[in-house]
Amino acid sequence: MPANVPEALNTLSAGLILISAFAMVATRQVQGVLRFFVIQSMLLAASSFLLGYARSSIHLWTLGAITVAAKVVVIPWALRRLLPADFYERREISQAVNIPASLLLTLSLTVAAEFITRPLLAGVSDIVIRVNLPIGLAGVFVGAYSLIARREAIPQLAGILAMENGAFFAGIAIAPELPLIAELAVAVDVVLIAVIVGLLTRTIQETIGTTEAAALTELKEEPTVWR
Amino acid sequence: MALMATVILPVLAAFLCWIRPLRKFAWLITAVATWVVFALAVSVAALVVAQGKVVAASGWFAADGLSALILTLVSFVCALACVFARGYMSHGAPEEQSRLWWFYCNYNLLVFALMTVPALAETNLTWVAVELVSLFAVLLVGFDNTSNALEAAWKFAVLTIMGAPIALFGFFTLFWAYHTATGASWETWDALKTSAPSLNPNLLKVSFLLVFVGFGAKSGLAPMHTWLPDAHSQAPTPVCAVLSGVKTTVPLYVVLRFLSIVLASPAARVGTWMVAFGLLSVAIATFLLLQVRDYKRMFAYSTIEHMGVILTAAGLATQAADFGAVSQILNHAITKSLCFYVAGLVLLVLSTREIQSVRGLIRISPFAGAALLLSALAIAGAPPFPIFLSEFAILSAGMRAGQYAAVFVLAALIVIAFIAIMLHVNRMVFGKPAEPALKVALPASCRLTVVMAIAPVVLLGVYTPAPLHALLRLAALQLGGH
Repeated sequence: MPANVPEALNTLSAGLILISAFAMVATRQVQGVLRFFVIQSMLLAASSFLLGYARSSIHLWTLGAITVAAKVVVIPWALRRLLPADFYERREISQAVNIPASLLLTLSLTVAAEFITRPLLAGVSDIVIRVNLPIGLAGVFVGAYSLIARREAIPQLAGILAMENGAFFAGIAIAPELPLIAELAVAVDVVLIAVIVGLLTRTIQETIGTTEAAALTELKEEPTVWR
Repeated sequence: MALMATVILPVLAAFLCWIRPLRKFAWLITAVATWVVFALAVSVAALVVAQGKVVAASGWFAADGLSALILTLVSFVCALACVFARGYMSHGAPEEQSRLWWFYCNYNLLVFALMTVPALAETNLTWVAVELVSLFAVLLVGFDNTSNALEAAWKFAVLTIMGAPIALFGFFTLFWAYHTATGASWETWDALKTSAPSLNPNLLKVSFLLVFVGFGAKSGLAPMHTWLPDAHSQAPTPVCAVLSGVKTTVPLYVVLRFLSIVLASPAARVGTWMVAFGLLSVAIATFLLLQVRDYKRMFAYSTIEHMGVILTAAGLATQAADFGAVSQILNHAITKSLCFYVAGLVLLVLSTREIQSVRGLIRISPFAGAALLLSALAIAGAPPFPIFLSEFAILSAGMRAGQYAAVFVLAALIVIAFIAIMLHVNRMVFGKPAEPALKVALPASCRLTVVMAIAPVVLLGVYTPAPLHALLRLAALQLGGH
């Protein structure tokens, strides 16, 4: 490969990661949201393989392999084991904000991420950092947004995991020398998040009969009636 | 060696609780493990006081003053809460009794995660450990399996786990700054602090901001505090004591470490912002305290208030204020866990969480009534209790630093919070009982816990042992005030 091809492909993958984050916001079906999360994780892995090749870094190769194992294989498999099949066919009708408005909001979050990271990039000539840092932060923001706007438990979980993907996409550019033990521990942690939140979702489904976060509004503060 | 054991023992205990034939003895295993861990943590602290630092595995596990203080506090609260759990957890439904081993298994894992955070010297692994704390705590919050407990667990999971990727971004940014400046790729707290002046101040500021947002949510700082009163009122009471007493302190410990790195860099100034955010937490908690209806929530709001006080003190960034901050960490942990044990007693006596339904407690149960009055006075900051001393130290440090406005606001809010807590507790303890309540015999282990928890709260108000004072001094040095 010519020298700058991996970098160019990484930029392509950055664009696709952002698009898949938008797609997660715009998809109603639970299954669809999870599918876009898996696609996003594959793109993240592809980027770390590409950069691992370009910089001959064993760290990035391992990180790519860990991402595939944890986010493409183990998490979807574990969620499928934990939750009944009809769970995935659900469509979410009542979103807090409708989809076109959501997309406009996430677009403005992306622009905000670009402006926030601009001062940090002053004097940085590495094209990979210049691309990955803003896109990664945008991924975190869009994930956080879908976490807040979603009402169903599993899309909310996907939002958390998408935030993690965003952080890692920036991470492969700015912290590629991070010790492997830390990367491995983070991967185990991500799987644990998915399993524990999946378990909790199942218990909520069995006890309360719904997993719409909107139904969980029993606990709140009301003013005291002074007597 | 003792330091490694404090981390490994809880995992071992969790494993033993999981083995089927040993499940009947889950409580005993947990109690032995937590008390041994406490003894080991005290020995580590003693060694730190003698040598200034304990290194168990160079670059991996080490303890300085601040970590030794947190280790001792975590193990103390966890050991006492385990004694309390003996009597308290045996009051549940039969279905719950059969999965008690699962409770203790999780409890040990939570202790492991809580102990690992301060014991780690490597920075990035700390993130993982803090994350594990939240995950194991989620399972314990939802242990009751009632719809309220599950709702609380869900809010807790979403809000605190959401903080994690934001903080992770901050850790990556810090690593970027560190690696660019030094070329090293093994990041420890000590190394970071020494190289802080040479790090890019912009990156340092952004990374601190991200970690503050991410882990601030986990320690219940306003405006990311909304999960805390739910989780701390719905979880089983022994878990509440651990959550409110030390689980909120542990992410704050990481924030304070980051703050000390930023303070060591002359170009990055964040102290004023920390004072502002700390005061915001205190203010929001104070006004929520005025209108609270549930006494467990009342103590939860008071936790937000005290987290705010600690952050304000650390933001003042003088040596005197730092000493106040670490004293406040110590006093809050021991007093707040006492408050939750007492709240558990009240719940056992009257089986209601509503402040309005509790009247004349001192006549129904003199023990619970007296303990409630004493713990409320202690947590609200009445003299001669230790919280009064540390809050006074923080206020006077603020005066000496010339931060008159902040001191005035903080003092006013503390007074309002004091009045709010005492107003509620006064009605609960005195007054006429609404109806003759059934006499409930309080479990001996619960009474014992309360007595054991009161002892240090009363003692530290009048006398600080010299080694503890030395430990607090060492811990304050780590916060890096000038």
